[in-house]
Amino acid sequence: MGVRYSFGGDEHLFVECSEEMSLDAFFKSLSMSGGVRDSGIRGVTEICPANASLQVKFDPDVISPDDILKEVKAIEQAAEKAEPVIHTRIVEIPVFYNDPWTHETLMRFRERHQDPSGTDLDYAARINDYGSVDDFVAAHSGSPWFVSMVGFVAGLPFMYQMVERQRQIQVPKYLRPRTDTPKLTVGHGGCFGCIYSVRGAGGYQMFGITPMPIFDPTQTTSYLRDFMVFFRPGDIVKFKAIGRDAYDQAVEDVAGGRFAPPIREVSFDLREFRRDIDGYNAKLEGVLNGN
Amino acid sequence: MAIKVVHHGLATTVQDLGRPGYFHLGIPVGGAMDRYALRAANLLVGNDEGAAGLEAVFIGPKLEFTEDGLVAVTGADMPAKVDGVAQPGWTAFKVKAGQTLTFDFLKSGARIYIAVSGGIDVPVALGSRSTYPIGALGGYKGRPLAAGDELPVGKGSLAAEGRSLREKFRRAPSMPVELRVLPGLYWHRVTEESQKNFFADEWKVANEADRMGYRFKGGRKLDFVEREQPFGAGSDPSNIVDSCYPYGSIQVPGGTEPIILHRDAVSGGGYFMVGTVISADMDLIGQLQPHTPTRFVEVTMEEALAARKARRAALDALHVALA
Repeated sequence: MGVRYSFGGDEHLFVECSEEMSLDAFFKSLSMSGGVRDSGIRGVTEICPANASLQVKFDPDVISPDDILKEVKAIEQAAEKAEPVIHTRIVEIPVFYNDPWTHETLMRFRERHQDPSGTDLDYAARINDYGSVDDFVAAHSGSPWFVSMVGFVAGLPFMYQMVERQRQIQVPKYLRPRTDTPKLTVGHGGCFGCIYSVRGAGGYQMFGITPMPIFDPTQTTSYLRDFMVFFRPGDIVKFKAIGRDAYDQAVEDVAGGRFAPPIREVSFDLREFRRDIDGYNAKLEGVLNGN
Repeated sequence: MAIKVVHHGLATTVQDLGRPGYFHLGIPVGGAMDRYALRAANLLVGNDEGAAGLEAVFIGPKLEFTEDGLVAVTGADMPAKVDGVAQPGWTAFKVKAGQTLTFDFLKSGARIYIAVSGGIDVPVALGSRSTYPIGALGGYKGRPLAAGDELPVGKGSLAAEGRSLREKFRRAPSMPVELRVLPGLYWHRVTEESQKNFFADEWKVANEADRMGYRFKGGRKLDFVEREQPFGAGSDPSNIVDSCYPYGSIQVPGGTEPIILHRDAVSGGGYFMVGTVISADMDLIGQLQPHTPTRFVEVTMEEALAARKARRAALDALHVALA
């Protein structure tokens, strides 16, 4: 995998691990981000890992662009040799698929969609060769996802599903972006899933909604008191399909400070994962369920 | 002390020098778009250069003071008035308890910075008082000001009354506007001819120009080098696998209208970028009005660093002038 370096003005070094998305590229981006952080290079002010790339912000008054380039390239060599293992957490996110709020929104912006005759779920199921929306939801919530980037806006996770490339869900974005998306909408664009952390504009297809806040600037949500952003790159997410009653109950529990997302610590080994993807994912789910 | 907001203007927000350190979670640095102007306003009234002030775009607010305060207005040319009496720009003037600060029409530039002795004392959120409205974070209740708001003000001194900056320190955009750009990132994605056109064409600031980004129109459409789109990038040739966006980076969705990301930038996304406006020219963008003719000027890293050094020297000179 040829890594490409380029400067974003005089304050950013852009490192593209690969032009295309893959778990290898994502692991390299994570590993290099960790390497840059651990090396404590003087003058580095921020490290932003993305899906298949990373961005290192630096202060050129402290370190010259040539020197930061040298330092990060040295870390690339070390990252090549690093074991593809991460210690992370797996979290279960409840999703009310085909909910009334995203449904109302997608109907409101129907003229901006590729297929105005159906819903985003109908469309995504059809172009990904699923026989029904239920089958599609089963695939979406069946295998876990890596949080491969946090960003766009505050706390929004980009997610990449942990399945073979031929099973990756792919959908185009809306023809023209919507001016509105309900907060906590579970969406998908290209090969990436996302959860809209705040209400606002958006172009991803909308599949459902989670009752679980993932960004809370007031830090009053029980599990966001320590920090206002829930996700970190490298988190593993497993969606759980829920109905209206469970959704309403969860919303009530969040408001009452009783909602606690199931979270477990896990180690993830990319080599073992590759040997038996479904088996490995089943094991991860076992950890989540306390087996 | 407090300031009562009688009218909020168009979009007036509390800003300081921003909250670095959270871009990897999608929270941008924010802060004054024209940092030089905010620093100057603060130093004029005797504040620390990074104290929180108000940034108002195109239309000034109407503010009533509950106690005596010292005020300086910098940035765009939009004359201030105290109870209807005109006040000089880039100068510390007194506003007495019960008096009202208003503004005339905008003459040039886009954003004024209003510093008050003691600084706007809203709570600090993630290390800054800057307003990030998308995340409802910082500033006054995480949003632009509205009529009826009461802004808390820190303890300040009135000692600097009458202090003024000479003309050479009052920075304003010179016409035609030139923004220096270091090509890079996905520059190789457009044809050589389009690379030439990008720097040769005259662009104009579009109406979609705010704290998140400035859009430009009027230049020729960029043509892409042909390729099979990489997996995960999306089908449009201007798409990439979603990556981080540098501050100042110039994305061109569909190859048509360049957008320069500014202080409240989205932290990443799936559009290719042709390069990045150098750090020394970021302040200037915040003073551009829609329809302003603009040229992008290609520079090397050496030139970018030299410009950065010159900007640092200008800031040092500002500190000396107001010491």
